[in-house]
Amino acid sequence: MPDQLIFGMEVFLNGLMAGVLYALVALGFVLIYKASGIFNYAQGVMALFAALTLVGIMEGQVPFSHLINAIFGTEIHHFGWHVPALAAILLTMVVMVALAWAVNTFIFKHLVNQEPIILFMATIGLAYFLEGFGDMMWGSDIKTMDVGLPQGINEVIDETTAGWFGYGFFIDNLDIVATVIAAALVFTLIVFAQYTKQGRAMRAVADDHQAALSVGISLNFIWVMVWSLAGFVALVAGIMWGTKSGVQFSLSLIALKALPVLMLGGFTSIPGAIVGGLLIGVGEKLFEFAIGAPYLGGATEIWFAYVLALIFLVFRPQGLFGEKIIERV
Amino acid sequence: MFYREAGDFKTSYVADSQTFPIKFDRFRYYAVLLVAFAVVPFVINDYWVNAVFLPFLIYSIAAIGLNILVGYCGQVSLGTGGFMAVGAYACYKLMTGFPEVSIFVHVIISGGITAGVCVLFGLPSLRIKGFYLAVATLAAQFFLVWLFNRVGWFYNYSASGQINAPERTVLGVPITGAETAPWAAYLFCLVFTVVCALVARNLTRGMQGRQWMAIRDMDIAAEIIGVNPLKAKLSAFAVSGFFVGIAGALFFAVYLGAVEVGEVFGINKSFLVLFMVIIGGLGSIFGSFAGAAFLVLLPVLLKNVLVGGLGWPTDLAAHFEFIIVGGLIVIFLVAEPHGLAQLWRVAKEKLRLWPFPH
Repeated sequence: MPDQLIFGMEVFLNGLMAGVLYALVALGFVLIYKASGIFNYAQGVMALFAALTLVGIMEGQVPFSHLINAIFGTEIHHFGWHVPALAAILLTMVVMVALAWAVNTFIFKHLVNQEPIILFMATIGLAYFLEGFGDMMWGSDIKTMDVGLPQGINEVIDETTAGWFGYGFFIDNLDIVATVIAAALVFTLIVFAQYTKQGRAMRAVADDHQAALSVGISLNFIWVMVWSLAGFVALVAGIMWGTKSGVQFSLSLIALKALPVLMLGGFTSIPGAIVGGLLIGVGEKLFEFAIGAPYLGGATEIWFAYVLALIFLVFRPQGLFGEKIIERV
Repeated sequence: MFYREAGDFKTSYVADSQTFPIKFDRFRYYAVLLVAFAVVPFVINDYWVNAVFLPFLIYSIAAIGLNILVGYCGQVSLGTGGFMAVGAYACYKLMTGFPEVSIFVHVIISGGITAGVCVLFGLPSLRIKGFYLAVATLAAQFFLVWLFNRVGWFYNYSASGQINAPERTVLGVPITGAETAPWAAYLFCLVFTVVCALVARNLTRGMQGRQWMAIRDMDIAAEIIGVNPLKAKLSAFAVSGFFVGIAGALFFAVYLGAVEVGEVFGINKSFLVLFMVIIGGLGSIFGSFAGAAFLVLLPVLLKNVLVGGLGWPTDLAAHFEFIIVGGLIVIFLVAEPHGLAQLWRVAKEKLRLWPFPH
């Protein structure tokens, strides 16, 4: 087999894995959009915030220590204990639920019936707020995250492919774990939405707010639940990306990676988020490999997904799996 | 007492359809212009020009441009940073390519070039609507910044990849480059801001503006009553691009002097200008000014209070700024979704009846 083809296959596989991670972020967007019609730009920052909180709790950092030190002239930074990963994840989840409650109570409860663009702006405001808040709470230095996920090259695949092609594929263990977790998450979410009482209530709210209210579904409860779910997805995404490339500001930019995924898959479709994520992951890696790096000077990944989604949308304005847009006067 | 129409008689159609029909409003406007042109240049110093006045004037132009697109025509754009970069690089190429031509002409042509690019990226708006369009404009943002970063021709193959504004003069006074006097840069930008605001105000009052607003309110209905959506949407993109391009050119040539595209015209710039439009008020020229002033002054104020007054470290103050800006945006949206312009309108109504409100 020619070398180029084998390299291409490796790039393809890595693209699939990256796509899973994009899909993971996109999933959080879809959840909130479906249930409340809010396009939540803050999803990426929520992932960053979740990751920061997780690391902070694990390391026993004192929240707001920088601020406290600046005001009172003290020198505190750590409690001096280490929390096991699982307990820290649970604690972080509590924080994310509290955040979901606060977001709903202080912001979106007051913005019911506003135009979608206003809601979108509010989430950008929320993103700014959370960004500053997270940095102030835990400090803005780059942190490493280690919750015990395997990392590094997968030896088995390396050896097997070396046996087949005479060239070992480099596939990160973390990506494989991420894929498994993402698949499990999607499966759980679909089961949750289809077969549980709360899940059905969530879908009812998504269909029609007023009709849902009239059959006795509490909108507030559903919204807090949905934001908590999105917080949970953000936490998972934060753990994956944080382990992969460190917990730092750029983590919040994965939201920007997830946007074209959403466009491609359609804002309202969970399978769309997965397929869109995979398509974009593979597409941008292959494009960079085949055309970007050799002919265009590289780093095409930053815009390829957007341009792909843009061209695609011109032909199918609602995305791959989105609900058909019906317009009436 | 203020803003009364009573006793303000018009005897010709020209007088009736002037930009500021109310006498008090008109004289207030003249007074502001007088102060801006005749008083401010003599009293400002370097710090005020660079920290407050230049960013305010330039962002005002950008905010007016974006307001035409988002506030008047309803097409949400997140590509402002990229379009400003087009203006900046167009201006740079023109300045270095045709050094004998006046920089006035260069800035205006930069606006024209940006308008063209903006129309190109506005074409999908005919098919894509709402959020899908907002995300689609991000394609412009990322692609343009990447393009200016990678293609050497745009930055004349300079080793650093930066672009630097060479010295150019207007009437013998340097406007760009290191030798620029603060008042000269200020006046140069002020002229552009005033002319742009006047043009925008009158465009939005006329037929073109009404077509845009019809498209914004409901594009299908507008199409049925005879507004050509292709023409209306693309003209909004073109006009908006023109203003944003001028703002980008001024931002690079007069304000910064040297630009590294990824840092200066990144996605944060797009959001910043969008915030100005939202906080100022969608669909209001005055709102663009108010929003620009607000978001230019806020960081200066916070920095002075937190770092200068309370002695906090700068990084902490920067985080605090994020919290405050984010919080204010949310508070504004909850309390007054129509922005500062709406507050101004309410105040005007109150002033009209003051001091006898009944």
